[in-house]
Amino acid sequence: MAEKLLIDIQKDFPGRQVSIQTELELTPSWTVLFGPSGAGKSTVLRCLAGLETPDDGEICFGNEIWYSKNQKTCVTPQQRGTGFFFQDYALFPHLSVKKNIGYNLTEISKDEKNKRIARMVDIFDLSKLENRNIQSLSGGEKQRVALARTLCRHPRLLLLDEPLSALDNPSRIRLRKELRDLLRQFKIPVILVTHDRTEALSLGDRMIVMNHGTVLQDGPIAEVFSKPNQKTTAGIVGMENVFPGSIREKKDGLAIVEINDNLLEAANFGLDTGPVMVGIRAEDIVIRLARETNSSARNQLRGTIEAVVLEESLVRLTVNCGFSIDALITRESKEEMKLDVSREVTLSVKATAIHLFPH
Amino acid sequence: MITDPLLLSIKLAAVVSALLFLIGIPLAGWLSITRLRWKFLIEAIVALPIVLPPTVLGYYILVSISPNSSIGSMYLDVFGSALPFSFPGLVVASVLYSLPFAVQPFLAGFESVDKRLSEAAWTLGASRVKTFLTIVIPSSIPGLITGGVLSFAHTLGEFGVVLLVGGNIPGSTQVVSISIYDQVQALEYEQAGQTSLTLLVFSFFVLSLVYATNRKVWTIWPKNS
Repeated sequence: MAEKLLIDIQKDFPGRQVSIQTELELTPSWTVLFGPSGAGKSTVLRCLAGLETPDDGEICFGNEIWYSKNQKTCVTPQQRGTGFFFQDYALFPHLSVKKNIGYNLTEISKDEKNKRIARMVDIFDLSKLENRNIQSLSGGEKQRVALARTLCRHPRLLLLDEPLSALDNPSRIRLRKELRDLLRQFKIPVILVTHDRTEALSLGDRMIVMNHGTVLQDGPIAEVFSKPNQKTTAGIVGMENVFPGSIREKKDGLAIVEINDNLLEAANFGLDTGPVMVGIRAEDIVIRLARETNSSARNQLRGTIEAVVLEESLVRLTVNCGFSIDALITRESKEEMKLDVSREVTLSVKATAIHLFPH
Repeated sequence: MITDPLLLSIKLAAVVSALLFLIGIPLAGWLSITRLRWKFLIEAIVALPIVLPPTVLGYYILVSISPNSSIGSMYLDVFGSALPFSFPGLVVASVLYSLPFAVQPFLAGFESVDKRLSEAAWTLGASRVKTFLTIVIPSSIPGLITGGVLSFAHTLGEFGVVLLVGGNIPGSTQVVSISIYDQVQALEYEQAGQTSLTLLVFSFFVLSLVYATNRKVWTIWPKNS
């Protein structure tokens, strides 16, 4: 069985507190710490790296105790062997790209050091930049150098603090696609802090939603998005229906996506066939009693209503059509159409309302 | 032996600046990272020479290095000569007198280095001392240059402390500011004017040179990346 990272910490600030209790398997997977700014995500990450000391609790990495209030233990950042990626890269401005990557690689031989740097330069496509000054690099280049520097030491746990937030939009979209593939070969557990749901959906396997210093929900990413355990979580994740699926084929700017044996058509913005996360907002789903013959909506699904929940002026219907999907309609519609549990309905979704996230 | 008061002043300023780098960098480095509650007391002591009249400072230094004091008698035993009214005595007094002019710019320089650079170095396994030597110091070159120049210039221009601790012995403790005072007392205005002008031009030249270099450093290494 895989070793575990146990996090059970509390950190006090004037007027607010950050606390988290969770356990992560130390396997090469991505855990996303998600939430609005000020939620306490970065504090958790800094406590894991040893850059901040919690006020109470413990952190155990496998058998190693990194922090324990009771045992008065606090392992230094130097001894933890984590890789920390800073939001604004924190590259050393007086050192060249190569010297940044090889900084403090003192415990290995010079040959081994050069080999490792060469490998990083190769993986992160930095061959033309090796001797450049940090100041002369673009945002995307700095990001790659910072990743290379972090990974060159073969960290046991990679901590990424908003790794894409300092980039311009086109670079962000490109790197979002590349980052998971780039890091796959390092086979290490990754904890990612972000407030961007596209980033979370593209990169995460598991998601921990935080708000005002506490954990609201913790689970597989599709589940957290699809089944928020409370209204606040739903508001933060902002997308009710998220399913793992895969693009079967592409045609005329559309992608044919398979979810649990159902085929849906989605507008495709440059994604290739393969696994994706599929997101549909509950308010983008139209409910009809009979199957529509003349409709611009590309997707129609037949299903049975499983649950009806009143939410202020709206009603949330959970419909089972091979998989559970939520739809938001007005109370008037519900009354007029006499919608209730076990009633059979048709769901229509426009291709443009189906959002695809490469995964 | 140097008999020219100007050369003696330059020698004193150079020795003092060098010593202040050795003492001031670790002291400022420690001040920049310590979380000691009583840190402010150390800061106040370091800053004292800025507000104390040079004569007061000179008096205390003279008393504490005299052969009757423990420091003074120890020095006498080891080196066979007394500290007061000697060049080494002047060096001791000037180091104390110019300490804040080195430590404060050093400290400002160290504190202006983005803390995340140090944190990044720690997560990369570098010890605190290694981080300070390889990341903080190279990123605070402008502060180090400023501290060096200020302590050099300040030592070059001192008068009160030097007079009290060193007296006025040609070739040993008669620095340029004292020789100008002597010349004025002896009504040798022309000579005093020449010496003053030399000091003025020299000081201006050194300061300009250093500030010009400093500016260049700034463009190569901006404070925050």
